[in-house]
Amino acid sequence: MSKRIDAVDLNVYYGNFRAVEGVNINIEPRSVTAFIGPSGCGKTTFLRTINRMHEVLPGARAEGRLLLDGEDIYAPGVDPVTVRTMVGMVFQRPNPFPTMSIRDNILAGYKLNGTRMSKSTADGIVEKSLRGANLWEEVKDRLDKPGSGLSGGQQQRLCIARSIAVEPDVILMDEPCSALDPISTLAIEDLINELKDNYTVVIVTHNMQQAARVADKTAFFNIAGTGKPGKLIEYDDTSVIFNNPSNKQTEDYVSGRFG
Amino acid sequence: MTDTATEPSRKTSLKGSRGGEAGDRVFSGLALTAGIVILLVLAFVAVFLLIESLPALWPEVFSDQDSIESADTFWQYVWPLMAGTLIASIIAILLATPVAVGIALYISHYAPRSIATPVGYVIDLLAAIPSVVFGAWGMTVLAGAMVPIYAWLNEYLGWIPLFGGTPTTTGRTLLTSGVVLAVMILPIITSLCREIFLQTPKLHEEAALALGATRWEMIKMTVFPFARAGIVSSIMLGLGRALGETMAVTLVLSPGIFSWSLIQSGRNATIPSEIALNFPEAFGMRQSELIAAGLMLFIITLAVNMVARWIVSRHKEFSGAN
Repeated sequence: MSKRIDAVDLNVYYGNFRAVEGVNINIEPRSVTAFIGPSGCGKTTFLRTINRMHEVLPGARAEGRLLLDGEDIYAPGVDPVTVRTMVGMVFQRPNPFPTMSIRDNILAGYKLNGTRMSKSTADGIVEKSLRGANLWEEVKDRLDKPGSGLSGGQQQRLCIARSIAVEPDVILMDEPCSALDPISTLAIEDLINELKDNYTVVIVTHNMQQAARVADKTAFFNIAGTGKPGKLIEYDDTSVIFNNPSNKQTEDYVSGRFG
Repeated sequence: MTDTATEPSRKTSLKGSRGGEAGDRVFSGLALTAGIVILLVLAFVAVFLLIESLPALWPEVFSDQDSIESADTFWQYVWPLMAGTLIASIIAILLATPVAVGIALYISHYAPRSIATPVGYVIDLLAAIPSVVFGAWGMTVLAGAMVPIYAWLNEYLGWIPLFGGTPTTTGRTLLTSGVVLAVMILPIITSLCREIFLQTPKLHEEAALALGATRWEMIKMTVFPFARAGIVSSIMLGLGRALGETMAVTLVLSPGIFSWSLIQSGRNATIPSEIALNFPEAFGMRQSELIAAGLMLFIITLAVNMVARWIVSRHKEFSGAN
């Protein structure tokens, strides 16, 4: 479990439009890395190339190499479905499957693998995943109720539980707290801190305080202007990015003198 | 430069209205009227059918005859017609639903847009063909083409009552009618299903894909559960059309007495075609019989719709609407 991620000269396209240009980044296992930057700078686009979700959109593709423990996930013959079982994802808005109960949401990944398991094994996975997402105490009495009946913050933790249930190597989070209130946000941030003991966590956030609170390393993305591709400007320890950045653009952004 | 000239007028009191409630009142009145009109029409149809069919339902009480003309009792007369109507419609649904759902899925989730759009148009065009044209096609083309299939069915599956008896030589059977009906309701089910499949939230589809679902698994996990109620409704709409379809069945089927065999001609009939064939020359008791048969069709259709509502509402909690 927990793999390192290396991007080598990665370019990401929507049709003919190059959205992200020449990303080189090395993300350590068992760490939290935050992507920050203005809207449209390509941080979410880049995040979605790490589990090959980017190419779900028509005409979208990536060029270059993206290594998961040295293995290129864009090599010919690699099945994106396999990649996605190793790289879990949590989305901006909570998206539990509305037609499934809380329990079935957690087990959804196993159902896909066709894993046959006894009820007690399944119960164990459900409890372990929900405990891992700090949700067990709140929902243990209503596991058969639909997941869509939970509050926004609980739904998001359910989604995190759903992705850690299948024990991926990497967890990607795309602004996981942007639709949540401060208390739920805090719960998720605590959870992210615990998750890094077992997983490589990459999080996109618009909230710089959040990046400062949860991330070991921070990557700053920026664009030169509309219609230009986004670029990775600076990548360093979070304290360096926020206190002593080497790039002028980073300094302007983190100090609020942007644009 | 003065600001006062552009500032909107401010209200000083909470009493009195802003104006514009008239529109609100007119619209709610219109909506209410429309709702009442529908109920009234339905009630009038039901009352008309009931009154006109009383002589056939209870000849001893409501007519000067002891029994109806076509049979000893009304039920004896009407049950083969009801059975024929239901069987033809069920054949149509069984044949059309899988094809329609498949086409809808292909258009919504598999085909590239350059293919999906024209295919969608062609399916919609199918709905624009008048039923009499379908009937003529079924009678002249399809019936003949089905004859060898019936012979084959009879030879190898003849031990099933449905395919027993002497197979037809003209092809004008209840099964052929069912196939024609299937083609007719195909566009209804397809276009409704397509619209519903397209509305599956992207968020849920991506959730499934991100868990490592293949495209088919994603469809099973998110599209079908989301579209469940819609698929049932579209099937019921198709069923409603099939139950009431008159012209196509009348042209294709050579009617006769009830038989479990679907591949004999001169067997079976449906309520709408029975009415269409006989109504122009019917009067008195015969007319009441036909109207009473219509009442039975009305009841069947109502029942079908109520069952559909019940199926749809059973899984409300998990429907994704909340």
